[in-house]
Amino acid sequence: MQLAKVIGTVVATCKDPSLTGVKLLAIQPVKPSGKNLGAPIVAVDTVGAGYGEMVFYSRGKEGGMALPEPFAPVDAGIVGIIDHLYRPVEERNNNQ
Amino acid sequence: MILARVVGNVVATQKNKDFAGKKLLLILPIDTQGIPAGPELLAVDGVGAGEGDLVVAIAEGGSARQVVKSKNPIAPIDLAIAGIVDIAETKNGTLYLYK
Repeated sequence: MQLAKVIGTVVATCKDPSLTGVKLLAIQPVKPSGKNLGAPIVAVDTVGAGYGEMVFYSRGKEGGMALPEPFAPVDAGIVGIIDHLYRPVEERNNNQ
Repeated sequence: MILARVVGNVVATQKNKDFAGKKLLLILPIDTQGIPAGPELLAVDGVGAGEGDLVVAIAEGGSARQVVKSKNPIAPIDLAIAGIVDIAETKNGTLYLYK
């Protein structure tokens, strides 16, 4: 799983039928410090996340396994909302 | 499998039910020189690892679910800690020694 921040919602009318009724959110992958990491992506929401929340998401087909249709064509799915993040030693050499 | 150091943990109340009762740890992948290789990832703990440990993590869904003994065969888990490293050695010497 990876950390991300919810930065918006996505609406698509014409999509695969197995994604009907599924909430799509735009998320920005982040580091524990809150710094952005790469480009934003679209993920399905399975926990009821909202704008501005820090979440964690699964990549690959696992991301969609929490949906009512578990084998929907999904490559990222939000699976939890973070309450508290404990990262005592901040990154030193990690200049990714 | 990836070699990583446990650097923290995460608390989440609202999460998928397949994560209930499972420990979520922040891990930092490292290379063979011990230098961080990539951003921190969130892994489900299957072995009882703690902060500071060097671990091996499985980044493949099917095997990750097996490691955490998930009751649901389609749990949305994509990364799990499968072992705690005792000794890691490379041609440059000992990378890590469990204390």
